[in-house]
Amino acid sequence: MTIWIAIGATALGCYAVKLAGLLVPAGALERPLVRRLAALLPVALLAALTAQQTFADGHTLVLDARAAGLAAAAVALVLRAPFLLVVAAAVVVTAGVRALGG
Amino acid sequence: MTSAGSGLTVWQTCALSLLVFTGASQFALVGALAAGGNPLTAAAGAFFLGVRNAFYGLRLSQLLALPRAVRPFAAQWVIDETAAVSLAQSGRRSARIGFAVTGLSLYVLWNLTTLLGALGAEAIGDTDAWGLDAAGPAVFLALLAPMLRTATERTVAGLAVLLGLGLLPVLPAGVPVLAAALAAPVVLYAEGRRSGGRTDGTEPGDEDAPSDGRGGQR
Repeated sequence: MTIWIAIGATALGCYAVKLAGLLVPAGALERPLVRRLAALLPVALLAALTAQQTFADGHTLVLDARAAGLAAAAVALVLRAPFLLVVAAAVVVTAGVRALGG
Repeated sequence: MTSAGSGLTVWQTCALSLLVFTGASQFALVGALAAGGNPLTAAAGAFFLGVRNAFYGLRLSQLLALPRAVRPFAAQWVIDETAAVSLAQSGRRSARIGFAVTGLSLYVLWNLTTLLGALGAEAIGDTDAWGLDAAGPAVFLALLAPMLRTATERTVAGLAVLLGLGLLPVLPAGVPVLAAALAAPVVLYAEGRRSGGRTDGTEPGDEDAPSDGRGGQR
């Protein structure tokens, strides 16, 4: 039962924050400063998430095969490779480095 | 998959996935419950991980301009992936399509894999060996790249990476990403200062004036 309580509380909380963002009145977002901020927040969040998914293992920072994979993706992006190729490059290079014992 | 191994029933696992639908929060909740945590503490940790979705919602509501009646339904799909895809589109129409397609396909796939995983199909083996764990960050990087058009965006991204990684060892899960979001106001503030107290330090005519569309030069 306690597990259901936890599930319920998490579901409600997570849904509420998702909805809160969408329901902020458009008028409040008209101001240029708010607008700039709302545009920059996803940039910050995505950048931090990308870095964490690459270099984090729980609460510790690690440098492993994923870093090589992400570097390959970055190179592919610079070369203007299509989206799927960018992701494939990351996966293949990561697997390759691991296979080599990285 | 993780949750089935930590004492949740198949029903609980699927309900969690269907109702919460924001991956990091689900894993956090399951992890905390498995570690024997109090259910409300566990829920609080999971909630923290979900708070960033509110920031996505802020931007998405401008971008998608959804009718009020649709918003409660769209809200459940406001997550990292849908935000990233929508923001990478160059017009309102394609942003809406991107949001809907990403939301629907992820919702279906995510819940299907949860069900399969909960039913005990752990036979897939070690997905890490195939390098699949690098796909997530690569997708985010590919979606982020077109947004990094000016020095401002690049500075924000750089500072966010430093904050996100630097605080990771010392703060509870989910909080470092929120702290990294501070990079946005900090950089905006610093920019305002540098432009010499010009009160209009945030020119409305700046590159995001037509509120539909970021990047997407492909």
